[in-house]
Amino acid sequence: MASDTPVLGIRDLHAGIDDTPILRGIDLEIPAGEIHAIMGRNGSGKTTTANIIMGHPDFEVSEGSVELNGEDLLDMEPWERARAGVFLSFQYPQAVPGLQVGNFLRKSVAAIRGEDAAKGTEFRKRLKEAMEELDIDRSFLGRYVNDGFSGGEKKRFEILQLMLLRPKLAILDETDSGLDIDGIRTVSKGINAAVRGTDSGALIITHYSRILEHVQPDKVHVLIKGRIVKSGGPELALELEERGYDWLEEEAETTA
Amino acid sequence: MAAKEARDAVGEYKAGWHDPENATIRFDFGLSEQVVRDISALKNEPEWMTDIRVKAFHHFESRPMPTWGNMSMLEDIDFDKVCYYLRSSDATEKDWEDVPEDIRNTFDKLGIPEAEQKWLSGVTAQYESEAVYHSIREDLEQQGVIFLDMDSGLREYPEIVKEWFCSVVPYQDNKFSALNTAVWSGGSFIYVPKGVHVEMPVQAYFRINAKNMGQFERTLIIADEGSSIHYVEGCTAPTYSTDSLHSAVVELIALPGAHIRYSTVQNWSANVYNLVTKRGIAHENAKIEWVDGNIGSKLTMKYPAVILKGEGSHAEVISVAYSGKGQHQDAGAKIHHLASNTTSKILSKSISKDGGRGSYRGLVSVSPKAENCKLNVVCDALILDDGSRSDTYPTMEVANPSARCEHEASVSKVSDEQLFYLMSRGHSEEEALALIVNGFFEPFTRELPMEYAVELNKLMALEMEGSIG
Repeated sequence: MASDTPVLGIRDLHAGIDDTPILRGIDLEIPAGEIHAIMGRNGSGKTTTANIIMGHPDFEVSEGSVELNGEDLLDMEPWERARAGVFLSFQYPQAVPGLQVGNFLRKSVAAIRGEDAAKGTEFRKRLKEAMEELDIDRSFLGRYVNDGFSGGEKKRFEILQLMLLRPKLAILDETDSGLDIDGIRTVSKGINAAVRGTDSGALIITHYSRILEHVQPDKVHVLIKGRIVKSGGPELALELEERGYDWLEEEAETTA
Repeated sequence: MAAKEARDAVGEYKAGWHDPENATIRFDFGLSEQVVRDISALKNEPEWMTDIRVKAFHHFESRPMPTWGNMSMLEDIDFDKVCYYLRSSDATEKDWEDVPEDIRNTFDKLGIPEAEQKWLSGVTAQYESEAVYHSIREDLEQQGVIFLDMDSGLREYPEIVKEWFCSVVPYQDNKFSALNTAVWSGGSFIYVPKGVHVEMPVQAYFRINAKNMGQFERTLIIADEGSSIHYVEGCTAPTYSTDSLHSAVVELIALPGAHIRYSTVQNWSANVYNLVTKRGIAHENAKIEWVDGNIGSKLTMKYPAVILKGEGSHAEVISVAYSGKGQHQDAGAKIHHLASNTTSKILSKSISKDGGRGSYRGLVSVSPKAENCKLNVVCDALILDDGSRSDTYPTMEVANPSARCEHEASVSKVSDEQLFYLMSRGHSEEEALALIVNGFFEPFTRELPMEYAVELNKLMALEMEGSIG
């Protein structure tokens, strides 16, 4: 897609839960091939942003728009968004006892990319390659989805899904939390492979700059109390690491 | 689209059609000693069978209703509005082509002839009171395997039937075993000779077609020393506004070293009472497994049982129950450890939805003389909405301190977060729910022959299918 339409376009997004506003006017554009990061403290609205893009039924959008390659997402059901190309790597992936990983992957690829993409040697080859890249053992396929997984296994499994589902927009909600340095490196490899040099875009949500050392973001946005108060290059992440969020909060207070 | 709406969606029952009622013999509604004698006379039975039927009838009459399960639903049964015998075809055919067309079409729609060709050693198809089709592979016949409908079994092997009939489930066992013994018709009779292994399963399929029908099949399976067999049964009925009654008795005898596996996918329509007594006796080092799926019916009361009579014998009861709108599945298991070094395992999984009610009722006992027994009981319930209900009534009576007992129980609910996670992977809300439900049942479906597992998963997907527009 060579047009100027961004992969993700958010304009003046206001949203909340049960009449409590959480997002208070967010604007964000991610062009094709770029990785952006949203940083902020707990409760700043990071996960809410991710959930709203994916279509979580608990949240109500009161104003603004969210578009994927120019196509309105807000009227779509979550599974329609997934089929349109949105992927969310969950902070807390849910366990589904009895549902085997291999079976689930095949069904999800079929749902999102079509039956043909989930069949035959091509699928098995892709699966094998992706699992090797993420250091996942073959026995993993026979386990139940996220059932009894360690924190690290859950995150790797999210990235494995990312690599097989090939979304246009990948949102990674605190994928680095609970991972050691090796895990972060492995997972970052997966994210880079899914976005760099493609038409896709990614939005990384994180507290820390660690993952951003391995996935060089094109832009970093700081979210405070439901607004993006500052955007910058990768150096902004390092600055936040050193200085914390207080100075930005003060700035935000004075401009609010 | 709220999660709740998907869960409220009522599943569609796909086997609810009915054929025209072309009975060749149809008894009037109601039960009396004369009806019992007429059934026996019609079948030209030996006198001892007539006698036991009559005794069982009087026991049924004097026996009060069970005081467990669902007493108010039981009270609603009108025994005077049941047809106790109905014959639709005068012969049990060996070729589907000879089965009356309507009936053949029904079994075609249910996929029975197709399954027979692909993966079964033998099939008996019962329609109302009698088997209309029966076949067994020649090589098994040559090895001496007997697989007949029960009426033919009594005609051709009266001594074997007399020896074992009512030996595992006496007619006095409960009100419905008495009823079955009084009016039984059809069912399967199987004898597997010493050392013979029947590799592919044999199947019985039970279809009720008429309104207010009573179906009372009787099954007796004897696996001689060191033999093995896998028996599978399925059942469906049309959906009517009036109730039908299905009350079967199944007796299994696993002689030393034998292995019997008995699998059921019960999918009666929601107007059928399903009150069944199933029990097996396992001799030395024998193994009996009940794999029991209850999807349909109005009220099911069924507790497959194993008496571990011989040392080193083993019992397993793996069951699932799905209770939807207006349904109560009161299911479970009973295992009696009478001998030393016997082991047992019970796994029960139940799902309730749309106000349905599921109960696990189980009894495991160890007698004082039985040393070193091992028992394992796991019951899991999944509740899909607030109005549905799940109860567990586990009983353990352990009279020997050397027994090792394990018991686990869990009740869980489908969460919105679980659904959202699956929806974010491209699965609609119904598909997501079906993935969760099938996953919950997986430890059960794993035990079924593949074709049955696929069938069960399809049934569950239909139950989850709804009104999303």
